[in-house]
Amino acid sequence: MREVAVIAFAQTVHTGHDAGLAEPELVGPLINEVRERTGLREFGFTCSGSCDYLAGAPFSFVSALDAIGAWPPISESHVEMDAAWALYEAWVRLQHGDVDTALVYGFGKSSQGDLREIMSVQLDPYYLAPLGLDQVSYAALQAAALGADRAELDAIVRRSRADGRANPCALDLPDPSEEEGPGVHPLRAYDAAPITDGAAAIVLAAGERARELCERPAWITGIAHRIEPHYLGMRDLAASASAADAARAAGVGKGPVDVAELHAQFSHEEIILRRALELPDGTAVNPSGGPLAANPVMATGLIRIGEAASRITEGRAARAVAHAASGPCLQHNLVAVLEG
Amino acid sequence: MPSEPSDLVADHVLEFPGGYTRTTGPVIGRFLTELRERRLVGVRTAQGRVLVPPLEYDPGTGEPVTGEYAEVGPAGTVRTWAWVAEPRPGHPLDRPFAWALIRLDGADTDLVHAVDAGEVKAMRPGLRVRPRWRDARTGHITDIEAFVPEVTMMAAPVRLHYRLRPGQALTRFLEGVRDGRFIGCRCGACGKVYVPYRTSCPECGTPVSEEVELPGTGTVTTFAINNLPDPRAPEVPFVSAYILLDGADTPMIALVGGVPAHEVRQGMRVRAVWVPEEERTLSMTNIKWFAPTGEPDVEL
Repeated sequence: MREVAVIAFAQTVHTGHDAGLAEPELVGPLINEVRERTGLREFGFTCSGSCDYLAGAPFSFVSALDAIGAWPPISESHVEMDAAWALYEAWVRLQHGDVDTALVYGFGKSSQGDLREIMSVQLDPYYLAPLGLDQVSYAALQAAALGADRAELDAIVRRSRADGRANPCALDLPDPSEEEGPGVHPLRAYDAAPITDGAAAIVLAAGERARELCERPAWITGIAHRIEPHYLGMRDLAASASAADAARAAGVGKGPVDVAELHAQFSHEEIILRRALELPDGTAVNPSGGPLAANPVMATGLIRIGEAASRITEGRAARAVAHAASGPCLQHNLVAVLEG
Repeated sequence: MPSEPSDLVADHVLEFPGGYTRTTGPVIGRFLTELRERRLVGVRTAQGRVLVPPLEYDPGTGEPVTGEYAEVGPAGTVRTWAWVAEPRPGHPLDRPFAWALIRLDGADTDLVHAVDAGEVKAMRPGLRVRPRWRDARTGHITDIEAFVPEVTMMAAPVRLHYRLRPGQALTRFLEGVRDGRFIGCRCGACGKVYVPYRTSCPECGTPVSEEVELPGTGTVTTFAINNLPDPRAPEVPFVSAYILLDGADTPMIALVGGVPAHEVRQGMRVRAVWVPEEERTLSMTNIKWFAPTGEPDVEL
């Protein structure tokens, strides 16, 4: 395997409402920021993650290329997934050995539509989507299957929001309160990640190039993703076999884990993921506040990798784990291990 | 120089008029065809598991499923559920309902559907449910409108009409009440004084001959504060009490009023308050209630 590292990370100051910036306007400043930080003007490969359904427009990712500058033609790709999977594609691309740098970015404005219903469009069109099963409802089924303790869920939300208030890029959310409205029992409204607009960008570099461009690269020493059956009734919702498999393949258990950034969009998902990744009690989970403090859909998973990598590059952690999820009820999970 | 973000906003709808036309393939198509006929089927995997709803491939092994279909349900058991207190426009029901993973009888996997249980208290893992079919079925997962709990309880209304006469003793007592008097009796054998009036002593069985008039004053021996409305009581909360009329050996039940409910106590001295003479009939409603006399409490 070729050594690949995160050498730069940038994210927007996320907002809980539409701040009046179009998607390329969210992405543009981030690209300039990572260009300045790395001194790179061009990248060997560019890959983005976004979802057309968030804007309700086909090929909406194409317009975001305006923020990159795609002339003369660049080598570019896109995933209709969280940009953590764009990073995976870029990592694979760097394994080819003919390019040394890659730009990855993701963006999403979930303020523009009704995310609970937009997320139903990803469900199988025969058995699930026609029922009108929305995102909070299927998450609530998983929380019920887990039998999650209310006090534990409340503590997760309270901790995440407090950490988010200390993170200048995350939302300023108050301590959870029942006044935030009803959820779908057993979930309460505050168990769900907030509606968020935002974007993030990461630069990857391989081998010596990474050492030239960054004082302390966050080396990706393991990265893997695994998926399980889509239909909710065909799997054990109380656990995440695919997250556990991805964690084993990425080598999470081969050393201590100082920090873990988990893509838990509902409080109960954190409990499932901690177990699946077999995180030790001493691991700091989502010190950035995590998705419960800012959830710019399609960038949230990439931000987990960026936040974990930042702790390595800033010398605050020696070994960190980042996780990203996709699909209903944690169907698809990506795990990366980052080391200094 | 770009201007500051403005308040410009436009409504935008993403819709494919009439919906996409989707090919079902033979496996899902078989399930939907049977559904239209009000039957539920699963498909058998090479390992012998029955997948409901049927998939083309075994999610455990990736092998194609067999061509063998097994009828399942229609009853099933709720394994996991989540309660929607406020349904959304896209939801299958417009009243509170549950989403549930339902293990249909004979299946090895769970079906996701709605359960129309009426109230959250009706939901529990293990609840037995059955489909409620739509009259007009098209071969669609919503041909089942929702699952409903199996019958475990039924209402059994009873309503019978009677014509009751009070008997001699009660008639005598009510005559007294009509005139604003409490008529009781004394047992010639044991000496006990009873009110209301009766024709035999309930303790020794002796026929009673001596009529006694009792005063309208007495003592509360015990009481209850009632928080449910009752047509016989003027307000909520109201106090019903046992009142031992002066000179009687057994208490009678009556309302206590003219005093806040929380001030009523055992040993409190009370006096009957009668409705005005022109309103009186042969009825206990002549006694509006008993009100405190203001005398010191009595040791019981």
